[in-house]
Amino acid sequence: MGIRLEKAWTDLNAETIASLPAQLGVYQVADSQGTVLSVGFAGARHLFGMRSALQEELNLHGDQATKFRFEFTSNYRSRWDELLMLHLYDHGQLPSHQQAEERRIGRLSPN
Amino acid sequence: MDFSLNEEQQLIVETTQRFVQSEILPLEDHLDPDAGSLDPTDQDRLVAMTKSMGFYGLDIPEEYGGPGLDTTTRALMAIEMSQHRAGLYNPCYGVFGGAGLAQLYEATDTQKERWLYPTLRGEKKGCFALTEPSGGSDPARAIQTRGIKDGGEWVLSGSKLYISGADKADYALIFARTSDDPGRNGVTAFIVDTDTPGFHVRRVVHTLRATHYATELQFDEMRVPEENILGEVNGGFAIANDRLSRQRIPYAAGCIGPAIKAQEMSIDWAKNRETFGSPLAEKQAIQWMIVDNEIDIRHSRYCVLEAAQKADSGERFRTEAAMAKLVATEASSRVIDRCIQIHGGVGVTKDLPLERWYRELRIRRVGEGPSEVQRLIMARDILGGSFK
Repeated sequence: MGIRLEKAWTDLNAETIASLPAQLGVYQVADSQGTVLSVGFAGARHLFGMRSALQEELNLHGDQATKFRFEFTSNYRSRWDELLMLHLYDHGQLPSHQQAEERRIGRLSPN
Repeated sequence: MDFSLNEEQQLIVETTQRFVQSEILPLEDHLDPDAGSLDPTDQDRLVAMTKSMGFYGLDIPEEYGGPGLDTTTRALMAIEMSQHRAGLYNPCYGVFGGAGLAQLYEATDTQKERWLYPTLRGEKKGCFALTEPSGGSDPARAIQTRGIKDGGEWVLSGSKLYISGADKADYALIFARTSDDPGRNGVTAFIVDTDTPGFHVRRVVHTLRATHYATELQFDEMRVPEENILGEVNGGFAIANDRLSRQRIPYAAGCIGPAIKAQEMSIDWAKNRETFGSPLAEKQAIQWMIVDNEIDIRHSRYCVLEAAQKADSGERFRTEAAMAKLVATEASSRVIDRCIQIHGGVGVTKDLPLERWYRELRIRRVGEGPSEVQRLIMARDILGGSFK
């Protein structure tokens, strides 16, 4: 199993979000070019899990964000950190909406 | 043994209790249930508070500026500091500071300047890299990472598994086999900066402890200067083993806090929750679980305090430390399991901290030497005649 999140992208809109199960997990949100804008998680504080977390993304970044992909996991916090570290390794910097996380994120050098 | 607290210990315990109740629990109410850190502003504020209380760097020896707590007082604090959701693995979110890698207090003056003092000042972080894919319970024989001398340097090649904090560390304490001796006399400890060419954090290892991850490391012909050896060549296992023994008492004490908190929650729940026309507390099935919890908690506390008192008095405490680790980790796991049963459905939700403690306590029965190794240690002492 690859460690990167490589599922197909889904359009980010109210209809696709409403169809999601209310589960915990991690996600990526991207612009129309496929550039990842943020890597986030749906945690237990989100009232309806993934649905609520992506609705927040749509509300905050709907002007740029056009698509998303996700993965359900109860280890959302460690998987979130892993995805951020992988992004940093692949792109040399964190997603544009998450530069502030750099202070606490570690460094990976996967094969 | 006398387990009553002296005046100073009583004051420290009460101060710690107040700190957890007034500073940690209110913040935790607003955090993700699996959160492992505070907001940086809160973190800085609470660190300033523990520094002003004289409690920062609890495990730093007094001669290096620490508060100079004895093992018993430190264990009593550990019991109090762990009585919140993240408390088992991250007591008070680390605002009482750390001590760095204890082995560095045995380093040379030059090594202390380079790694220990910056760590104590909060400028550098280290990680402890002992366990390998070939095994963790018998590290002396399992270590396959090789160190080969080449002029004034050593060339390290191999891998390590389940290493905490390596992805954020500035340096690592790495144990490698440096002779043909297949056991404990062929292992050397090296202090290695993590920006050394050949040092790789290859992957994150996800565990039951969802808020935190371990890592897998790989060393590709990593060149390390001779002066980075900690202690003697082929004398590294004693350094590793010393840590494993010392760690057991606070490790065991930290397991008791969540059990105490869960018991308090369960007593409150049992008195207020009614089924079949009466409170749960009036059902014998619940009463017995509450009593069994109390027995487990007190048994753990006695074992931890006995080990701590022996350590403080300079007596041999290896058997007692192993017993404390075994009893506290297993008994606290049983307590949390019963508390979930008492709470019913809400006990397994993330609305309460019980499910997090349940997952994380399972790791405690494996980490820092599994229950079976603790029994092995005790059996050697008892059957070998060194137990008094």
